Amino acid sequence: MRIAIVDESATRATIIEEGLAQIPDCQIFVLTERRGLLARIEEIAPDIVLIDLGNPSRDVLEEYFAVSRVLARPIAMFVDESDDESIAASIDAGVSAYVVDGLAAHRIRSLLDLAVRRFNAFARLQSDLAEAKGKLAERETVDKAKRILMHSKGVSEPEAYAELRRKAMSSNRRIADIAEAVVTAHELMVGDSNDG
Amino acid sequence: MTEQLTIGFLPLVDACLPILAHEHGFAEEEGLALAFQRDVSWATVLDRLLYGHSDAAHMIAPLAIATTLGRGRPAQPLAAPFVLGLNGNAITMTPELAAKVTEPGRLADPATLGKALAEEARARKAAGKRLHLGVVHRYSSHSYKLRYWLAASGIRPDEDVEIVTVAPPFVADAMETGEIDGACVGEPWNSAAVARGVGVIVLATAQIWRRGVEKVLAFRAPVLEARRPAAEALIRAMRKAGAHFVDPANREANAAILARPEYVGADPSLILNAISDRLVLVQGAEPVHYPDFMFQHREAANFPWVSQAEWLYTQLVRWDHLGYSPADAEAAARVFRPDIYRSALAGTGDMLPGASSKVEGSLAQPTAVTAQQGAMVLANNSFFDGRSFDPDDVEGYIASFA
Repeated sequence: MRIAIVDESATRATIIEEGLAQIPDCQIFVLTERRGLLARIEEIAPDIVLIDLGNPSRDVLEEYFAVSRVLARPIAMFVDESDDESIAASIDAGVSAYVVDGLAAHRIRSLLDLAVRRFNAFARLQSDLAEAKGKLAERETVDKAKRILMHSKGVSEPEAYAELRRKAMSSNRRIADIAEAVVTAHELMVGDSNDG
Repeated sequence: MTEQLTIGFLPLVDACLPILAHEHGFAEEEGLALAFQRDVSWATVLDRLLYGHSDAAHMIAPLAIATTLGRGRPAQPLAAPFVLGLNGNAITMTPELAAKVTEPGRLADPATLGKALAEEARARKAAGKRLHLGVVHRYSSHSYKLRYWLAASGIRPDEDVEIVTVAPPFVADAMETGEIDGACVGEPWNSAAVARGVGVIVLATAQIWRRGVEKVLAFRAPVLEARRPAAEALIRAMRKAGAHFVDPANREANAAILARPEYVGADPSLILNAISDRLVLVQGAEPVHYPDFMFQHREAANFPWVSQAEWLYTQLVRWDHLGYSPADAEAAARVFRPDIYRSALAGTGDMLPGASSKVEGSLAQPTAVTAQQGAMVLANNSFFDGRSFDPDDVEGYIASFA
């Protein structure tokens, strides 16, 4: 079985490729370039094409499948209507699949399931990364607020932190939010703060 | 109580009405909270609508009909109670092609340009290098208007030239690399090609059909039934947004909103030109004013005339090489829902036509028509070749193209 993965994100394509490599007798081709896409697809003659929903080439690809007389077997997104559930799951995950006519339904379903799991794994990775970045930014803000307090009140670092913590607990807010308020207030009072 | 509706759209200027209904608070006034889902292909806009990621979507009108008729995928009935606008597209050619077939710097006469293009197309075909023309989708008004114009000019769209699909944001790229010689696309993507010096605007689609249906707001038919009060509230909000949109005093503010990255994400000055019916035809030139280039509000432009859906059906049959089927014709006609449009606006004082269907292309000058509500005048709605479409004879019209 020949599978083409069309994805402008090379990282995600790799993650999907890894997942699909477990399937026996299958050859995987990754296409990340928009230019020359149709020529590559024609060359590969895939049985299945996976493409992410955010890819601007989807309409181009669908048109190609609709009119191409080169492909011996027609390709369609929907093999039969009984696949609706797995298609819905794939749309939720952000991937669409085009499959040549005549491929066994159970093979398609297991492959699609794998692709969906890989897509979801990638999405989780992305959100973990965003969260980690957010945490890092928060830590920087807390450090900044501590320095402001140390500077203006002449207290030690642990004391500055204890003060932020006390304020957060008494006002039922997060330390990061209090720190943010301290930094903002300081910027307003002092102007753009390089001293903080 | 506020009800939430999620609307899918493609970054194009004619997604403006739901966006402005949200931004100016008209939706909120009607008890709606709108959320938007921006995508970059019609296939994805459609998938999200069919699988419930969005409740309604900005959609090329022929795609709503093709989906209902099951072209390319299992049939799913869609319903369009509101036309988001008429026309607003243009035909842009590479500077080389434009110089051969017209006088760059002015909008051409469609018949004259068609003749010149036919000659060039024949020469290119004889040389084994057929002209490549881009459209945004097989089932788009762009495709149907381009094909209508080519065919009436003696160019067979599927034999004498090659019509290929290009995503709107990449039209300029495709012209630069020589992948295509011209394209029919919505704004601001013609202007973007002109600004880069890789394209010349030669024709507005309004010159092919003066009042041609363009995008609709589409729902899945069962969703429209289930959420009818919300859909009607949205129709009222979008009519208010339309009145705001066409007021010249608001153009700059609206262009700035639409230009934002979460909406169209393009140069605000290009958007301002498009919504003021101004087009820079060649790089560096002064804009040319072409009245009603985009048409989003006046003359009940948003009214879903059943005859428009039927015209689109005739073109689908024509270019998909199908036979006329009374059942398909009826299903296609039912996609447009004037009953819901009327029910939404009854009692608001907004203009409502008396009929729900009309002979398309029959008016050569402004004509007063009977109205259910308000006074109504329809302006010239002709096709460039002078033909008209009588919805009482769908079959005969289709046969006339054979």
